[in-house]
Amino acid sequence: MHLWLIPAFPLAGFLLLGLAGRRMSQRLINTVAVGSVLLSFLWVLRTLSALGTLEQPHLESYFTWIQSGALRAGFDLMVDRLTAVMMLVVTGVGLLIHIYSIGYMAHEGGYYRFFAFLNLFMFFMLTLVMAANFLLMFVGWEGVGLCSYLLIGFYFHRKSATTAGNKAFIVNRIGDVGFTLAILLVFIHFQSLDFQTVFASLATNPAGVTAAALTAIGLLLLVGATGKSAQIPLYVWLPDAMEGPTPVSALIHAATMVTAGVYMVARCAPIYLQAPLALEAVAWVGLATAFFSATIGLAQNDIKKVFAYSTVSQLGYMFLGLGAGAFSAGIFHLVTHAFFKALLFLGAGSVIHALGGEQDLRNMGGLRKHIPVTFFTILCAAVAIAGVPPFSGFHSKDAILIAAYHHSPLMFWIGVITAGLTAFYVFRAVFLAFFGSYRGQAHPHESPKVMTLPLAALALLSLGGGYFDVPRWLHPLFPAAEEAHEPWLVYVSVAAGLIGILAAYGLYVARPGLAGQIADRLGALYRLVYNKYFVDEIYDRAVVRPVVDGSQTVLWRGVDVGLIDGAVNGIGSWARGTGAVLRLVQSGNIRSYAAWVVWGSLVALLGFVAAGGLR
Amino acid sequence: MHSVPLSWYLILSAVLFGLGVAGFLLRRNIITVFMCIELMLNAVNLSFVAFSYQLKQIDGHLYAFFVMVVAAAEAAVGLAIILTVFKNRATLQIDEVDSMKG
Repeated sequence: MHLWLIPAFPLAGFLLLGLAGRRMSQRLINTVAVGSVLLSFLWVLRTLSALGTLEQPHLESYFTWIQSGALRAGFDLMVDRLTAVMMLVVTGVGLLIHIYSIGYMAHEGGYYRFFAFLNLFMFFMLTLVMAANFLLMFVGWEGVGLCSYLLIGFYFHRKSATTAGNKAFIVNRIGDVGFTLAILLVFIHFQSLDFQTVFASLATNPAGVTAAALTAIGLLLLVGATGKSAQIPLYVWLPDAMEGPTPVSALIHAATMVTAGVYMVARCAPIYLQAPLALEAVAWVGLATAFFSATIGLAQNDIKKVFAYSTVSQLGYMFLGLGAGAFSAGIFHLVTHAFFKALLFLGAGSVIHALGGEQDLRNMGGLRKHIPVTFFTILCAAVAIAGVPPFSGFHSKDAILIAAYHHSPLMFWIGVITAGLTAFYVFRAVFLAFFGSYRGQAHPHESPKVMTLPLAALALLSLGGGYFDVPRWLHPLFPAAEEAHEPWLVYVSVAAGLIGILAAYGLYVARPGLAGQIADRLGALYRLVYNKYFVDEIYDRAVVRPVVDGSQTVLWRGVDVGLIDGAVNGIGSWARGTGAVLRLVQSGNIRSYAAWVVWGSLVALLGFVAAGGLR
Repeated sequence: MHSVPLSWYLILSAVLFGLGVAGFLLRRNIITVFMCIELMLNAVNLSFVAFSYQLKQIDGHLYAFFVMVVAAAEAAVGLAIILTVFKNRATLQIDEVDSMKG
């Protein structure tokens, strides 16, 4: 079936662009960059249509990558129903975003560099989702992290961008330690890294591996997922990652890479199903993140920051779904979220493009008359994320909330409140940007066709994506999610979304100014939320400062300068000191040398006499 | 026939050697110092030959010849050095030639 072609096309695109892109015309770069992803997408379609219903996973082994004792890690690709969903999302949304980037990046420097990195990202992301063993998945996992770092720091002449890139990379390393340890534990307990072998041995012989070991694996995998998918406590890098170009935010930091953690947990569902404690941790981490970051999103003024916190929050939803045992609902939300959140970011990009780089909501307003296409597409995404029926977000969010209700009613209610907050902050952004009167200086202009067409395609997907019945498709892989026996659950969550929208309308359209009064009334609480609960500052004090100070005082001044340099310099100065004494002997005076010789001879002579001369 | 006893030769040799050492250490003129070296070499030669005669072995004579050859070579090289030093420094005072001071 030549599965390898799917990641190979973008890799070829990367090599071509990376090696020769500098000398290519913009048109040729577009052809290579978009063409490689298009080929990849078409090959995915062809593969999936040839494989049919995928009752059994389709595995292709190409070569053994690492062989050592019992350890065998091969370059093996696998397609099952979960992979099929992920491949379609990654290549489909990726293709649209590549097309959009042609328009968005048209006037930026480093054009070929941007598309080279974007193609490389597609390669690693496809490797991640198609890998048939933990180690190859880890390769993709690290590769997308690298591309994320490169693309966040794309405007490398801006200090804030390079800092944000470093932050993303370092925070992800913390999570990756957990993932690496989990892989090691899997190998220790199962003597294999292949998904199929591990999961098969889990199903037939669970006695071999203790529940404690499985819980440890599950929790360590969760640590990895919190890094990559921006969950508490490692979510802090994602809002800063908005320093990158907007298509990157849409592709990597909303639609695909950040969902890798969700995919990984779903992939390891057989492990989690036998480690209820770890699964419970997944649910609570997700719920806490969803609620916490939704509240931060309420008070942000940068349009991309609002959507960034929204992404963190929606990822939390996905983890909530996974943790509640509804793996297919989590993946379902991953898919619909990829549509509407990519659209929100691309729409935001279109707004920023229209305003010549302006990102602050306070300097927008009234834009619906100036850029109607962008407005309507963003509105589609907004109703989708707010959970308005019958659009895509409604279906997936309700699947998660119903599963949460059956897991624990408390989770359901917090989830419902979060849904209301989500609707509120998204529509707050929409109302602030598109309604009222224009508050900025630039002259807004609608984006070119190459940008609005992907917006329109994503708008259709956002509206109708809920009718891809992902849970039914994934049914053979995961235990059945609970059905909606109680209709009132649905009414409650929809009502929460509508209340959120109405509240936003009331505060920002009907009575502008009221929001400011409320913020003043709340005082300290508002400032707390506005400043993102000071989490960055707390991390800075609790982790970054101690590490930096410790490095400077103990490691640098103490160990490096004191101990290591001290030892080296000490030996040197000791030799110098000894030499200073010994050089006095070297007087240059021949007669003194002669005297030394004479005295030496006399001593030797006396020695001989003492030893043997007195016989 | 009364031959001169070995000890006399050795005492003479030691006296000559001691004079050489004393001259080497105390005199300042390079040429005098140089001659003191020759004196020491020949004092040693004397004891070599005396022992050789006493023990009826040829080895001591052999060594005496070696020492003479070395002394001749040393005289050639040494005098050349002394000439050069004098040319460059206009002095034969050994204490003033101390550029190799550490």
